[in-house]
Amino acid sequence: MPTLPIWKALHMPEMMRYAQAVNHALRLLMSADERVFMAGEDIGVYGGAFGVTDGLLDTFGERRVRDTPISEEVIAGLAVGAAITGMRPIVEMQFADFVVNAMDPIVNQAAKLHFMYGGNVEVPMVIRLPGGGGTGAAAQHSQSLEAWFAHVPGLKVVAPATAQDAHDLLIASVADPNPVMVFEHKLLYKEEGPVEVRHTTEPVVQLGEAIVRRSGDDLTIVAYSIMTVRALEAAERLEDSGISAEVVDLRSLRPLDIETVRASVRRTGRLLVTHEAPAAVGVGAEVVAGVVESDALDHLLAPVSRVCGLPIPMPYAKALETATIPQVDDVERAAKELMNA
Amino acid sequence: MHLRCTDVQFAFDLVMPGSYIGVMPRRDPVNDPLSSLRSMLEIRRFEEAVEELFSRGLLHGTMHLSIGQEAVAEGVCATLQTGDFITSTHRGHGHTLAHGADPTTMMAELLQKNTGYCRGRGGSMHIADVKNGNLGANGIVAGSMTIAVGAALSQQMIGTDKVVVCFFGDGAANEGAFHESLNLAKVWDLPVVYVCENNQYGMSMSQDRSTAGGSVAARAAAYGMPGETVDGNDVEAVCLASLEAVERARSGGGPTLLECITYRYRGHSKSDRNLYRTQEEIEDWRDNRDPIQRFIGKCVEDGRLSNEQVTAAESAARESLRRAVSEAFAAPDADPADLEGAAYA
Repeated sequence: MPTLPIWKALHMPEMMRYAQAVNHALRLLMSADERVFMAGEDIGVYGGAFGVTDGLLDTFGERRVRDTPISEEVIAGLAVGAAITGMRPIVEMQFADFVVNAMDPIVNQAAKLHFMYGGNVEVPMVIRLPGGGGTGAAAQHSQSLEAWFAHVPGLKVVAPATAQDAHDLLIASVADPNPVMVFEHKLLYKEEGPVEVRHTTEPVVQLGEAIVRRSGDDLTIVAYSIMTVRALEAAERLEDSGISAEVVDLRSLRPLDIETVRASVRRTGRLLVTHEAPAAVGVGAEVVAGVVESDALDHLLAPVSRVCGLPIPMPYAKALETATIPQVDDVERAAKELMNA
Repeated sequence: MHLRCTDVQFAFDLVMPGSYIGVMPRRDPVNDPLSSLRSMLEIRRFEEAVEELFSRGLLHGTMHLSIGQEAVAEGVCATLQTGDFITSTHRGHGHTLAHGADPTTMMAELLQKNTGYCRGRGGSMHIADVKNGNLGANGIVAGSMTIAVGAALSQQMIGTDKVVVCFFGDGAANEGAFHESLNLAKVWDLPVVYVCENNQYGMSMSQDRSTAGGSVAARAAAYGMPGETVDGNDVEAVCLASLEAVERARSGGGPTLLECITYRYRGHSKSDRNLYRTQEEIEDWRDNRDPIQRFIGKCVEDGRLSNEQVTAAESAARESLRRAVSEAFAAPDADPADLEGAAYA
């Protein structure tokens, strides 16, 4: 008789935290492929600053779960060097903010080598970056830097909103032959969701596939990462006000699935884009441009709207921090304004 | 360091008694000086040709010539095998050729041809020959120093006996990447040989003005690895120092830092007006310490080479370069139609 719990035997989703879902994906990837290894600050004995890598050292040993010195540049650089010589590194920036110390290996090296060396090399590496605000950690531990990397040809960028996507997008990222930046949100780590744990490394979700999280007729709310969660809550409230909002979760920022957004806007005629990062020169601007560059423009019934983080460094005090990060209220209010525009 | 060896194995025994594990270097400037002379002449002629093509307006962009520094590239790469790895710098023609690259394919890259190593996408500063272990020249000072750590980690994890030679300049020793790289390579005892090609100037900034402590090799002590200063214009000295370091890395003994003192005759790049050094200084190095002339002089004097052999090697290098240039010229140009989607694998 199988000893698996019944939901596992039936491949039923089980409830787990986003961090656990990442952990499960790491276990699967490490078990399936000897070339996969991990490196980062405090990922081994400590289990990761957010517990994401908990227990992996015991399972896979210090050869493959490598605690590193506090040296972000060489963490990213070793991933490049290992990737181009046959390995499949998954490295971690302890906080996404620390990636600023590692920009050269990522932007000048990882992103460029395949092209610059005439297509003769692949750089299959993954960098995991816990980002975002709301933890009271202030300006140097709260940023949402994903747009920086989405701007760079040669990089791919994903930002999962659900535990299932955190699991599936990591699997897809490791399968990809290009460098992938995986932005996880620190506030989401403890959020529970149903997760169907995969048993093979064959990607179920492809990079560059957005998903309609909720269908609606009156407006399209485009979000990613934690703002997807807030957008869905705002959509619930809007329903009570008689407004039917569709929520599109981008999931990947590069490649960007603009077709899913355009198709939604063609039906709803209204577009609101929301992210925690500031608006200027951001992902929202790219989404809006992608919509107005197509015939979806002809379907717009109102100006587009962006609900984004304030253009200031993340403040510490709870009231200031909350005011800086877009909240459910902000999305709800902007959606109502859009309906009245 | 003017050691005489009767054979390569003896050289190993001399520098690391009993440690020879059977991987033969590809060339031997001590016992087979002709092969290393050919290699250095090939580098010199290649770069002179590049310079001439540039002055005739046939090359695009810029280039960084290592004329005067050939003994470092040759002395180190002579001690490697095909399959060993190197990471190179913006001044990388010499390393690339000495590690076995095809001069025609290199020249094709510089001439913006589709048959070049990078299909015209990289140019002089980005030539890589990954399948032969050249992980690439790099336009970022110290940019390859962290990559070398990863490549060496792969070797350690996979369990090969390959080593990674990380070439860098004196300027790179003041980048953060230098320190992060050396530290981690030693913490994990990775098979890296760090070769500082100290040509004494980071663009215009002399080492005296840029480098606290005055020595790159001395910094090895801070990371608990062996460090050695070598006459970088003496190909045999470089070779012997490299043999020891490569052998240490290959046998699991961890990284070494070699600082090879040399000199570049040409400017940093094409824009250089040499305002930071004197003509006398340049002439002194060129006329009195040239690595190729010194090597020829020594080998002819001690009878390892005849004048006829030297003359033949010189014309062979010229002839092979002429052939490379004409073959490269005849190749098809880089094609903009190939650009779409090319940033991703």
